[in-house]
Amino acid sequence: MKRDEKPSLMRGSHIVAEAAVRAGCRYYFGYPITPQNELPEYMSRRLPEVGGTFVQAESEIASINMVIGASMAGARVMTSSSSPGISLKQEGISYLGGLELPAVIVNMMRGGPGLGNIAPSQSDYFQATRGGGHGDYRTIVLAPASGQELCDLTYRAFDLADHYRNPVLILADGMMGQMMEPVRFPVLRDVQKLPKKPWTITGAKGRKSHFIRSLILDPGQMEEHNWKLIRKYEQITDQEVQYETFKTEDAKLVIVAFGTAARIAKAAVKRARAEGLPVGLLRPITLWPYPKKALRELSKHAKHFFVFELNAGQMVEDVQLALKGDADVFFYGRPGGVVPNPAEIARIISRQFFQKEIV
Amino acid sequence: MKKVFSRPKLLKPNPFHYCPGCGHSLLHRVVAEVIEEMEADEIAIGIPPAGCAVLAYNYFDVDMGEAAHGRGAALATGVKRVLPDHLVFTYQGDGDIAAIGTAETVHAANRGEKITCIFVNNAVYGMTGGQMAPTTILGQPTTTSPGGRTGNRDGFPLNLSEMLAVTRGSAYIERTSVTTPAGIRATKKAVRKAFEIQLQGLGFTLVEVLSPCPTNLKMSPADACKWVDTEMVNFFPLGVIKDITAPQENHDAH
Repeated sequence: MKRDEKPSLMRGSHIVAEAAVRAGCRYYFGYPITPQNELPEYMSRRLPEVGGTFVQAESEIASINMVIGASMAGARVMTSSSSPGISLKQEGISYLGGLELPAVIVNMMRGGPGLGNIAPSQSDYFQATRGGGHGDYRTIVLAPASGQELCDLTYRAFDLADHYRNPVLILADGMMGQMMEPVRFPVLRDVQKLPKKPWTITGAKGRKSHFIRSLILDPGQMEEHNWKLIRKYEQITDQEVQYETFKTEDAKLVIVAFGTAARIAKAAVKRARAEGLPVGLLRPITLWPYPKKALRELSKHAKHFFVFELNAGQMVEDVQLALKGDADVFFYGRPGGVVPNPAEIARIISRQFFQKEIV
Repeated sequence: MKKVFSRPKLLKPNPFHYCPGCGHSLLHRVVAEVIEEMEADEIAIGIPPAGCAVLAYNYFDVDMGEAAHGRGAALATGVKRVLPDHLVFTYQGDGDIAAIGTAETVHAANRGEKITCIFVNNAVYGMTGGQMAPTTILGQPTTTSPGGRTGNRDGFPLNLSEMLAVTRGSAYIERTSVTTPAGIRATKKAVRKAFEIQLQGLGFTLVEVLSPCPTNLKMSPADACKWVDTEMVNFFPLGVIKDITAPQENHDAH
């Protein structure tokens, strides 16, 4: 992939916005909510420069339905929000799933439940990885942990969405959105050269008319549609799992963490390694599909897993499901927008080694 | 012999699922005829609602994309922003556009989205079985306003079209009915005008069509038409509500 020669120093929300533009996104519909306002602000300036359109909608519900319309018409389109706003978008995300429409949705998570606060959190893991709205469906969930990854995963999200005709969620948090890091962007993509989408509604010119709908009244046909979706999800599960491992080769204890929590965990692993403790990190990059096989592989030599999340314990359930009781799983989390430092996590690692007599 | 009347080219040869005496079938024909007469079938994109017309895509032979309940104007906004030269219309019932979708509709109008909403007002929730609609008139009994709607208990019938006329982005809003041949002709004229104003890029357009629902009014088709013409019009008077292309004195908000 051809990239800019020079890196740019930008904050996370701006990185996501620029990466979307580079990927061919020309339509953005959104509604302001902290801590992600820099993203729509950037889009309102940037999209007109590339012939695109920015609309500030009257609500998150309206904006996700505008996304549906733009996607039906064949465009690469994005919306973004933060936790309470993403709850409002769930109706539309279910429709995107049922209608098999590509779209990219960004969630810069904040503390909840309810109005919560505006501090970084990971408490929307369940909502993101279980579909989020009504009905049997899944969204691809990408969890970046750096500025460069915010860029690369956003860029890739548009290809994944188009390829599978499925919504893709970028699950980051207030910290990722605000943090400034250097990033090298891929060069601007020629939208004319993107793969054609014959299923879109663009007017019945030179072909028969067609329609896009999620209403299928006949239960037999509805079941068929569901099986078709399930087969697609199985294919995604087979082919799109992404994760990073760090010092896991000889690890007796493996930390499992994503996004901001993984950044903290990595620093903690370095500290613990300096003390001579054989600890490693598994960082899921796709939260759905989840790297279950990688976990099971690690459990052949590591019998202790330590799940660290910025919530009260959500991803830990996927770790337990993957390990099926074959290894010990310990959870430590900080809900409500509290972000612990690496020293605190390093202390917990040490304590695990001594309490459980891991040798 | 010369053929003087036939199925419009843009209605698929599927039998309507609508009840006998329902206004939807008439209005489908009117909309299909207008698109055909404007030779706009290659640029027309319809947005069906959730409600009795949820299966409209089985009838209209133009591209269609289904919206969630009430979200037609938002979805149409997305389509139109991507395809600004196309003729984009929603087809929505009273519950869809004037209850659950009020916000989307008001703001689409206020943004001056170049779309047309075909708003079918039959004063009752049809598909769900006769519950109170935002446009159920005072005194009208429904399955959720037993004994008849009262303002004190149930709130008042909502005049959405008049509300939308106040927005600066709306260009053309008219209320018609499909209860008489003259009403059907007026409806056709209004739909055509709305579509033309949309394609001229002048702003948001809407045609509200009073339509009989004999099944849920529990009346014969003839009595249902009469009820619309004598009772419903007292709350929803027919005529042009806003037309920015008309001479100055008719301007409401400009």
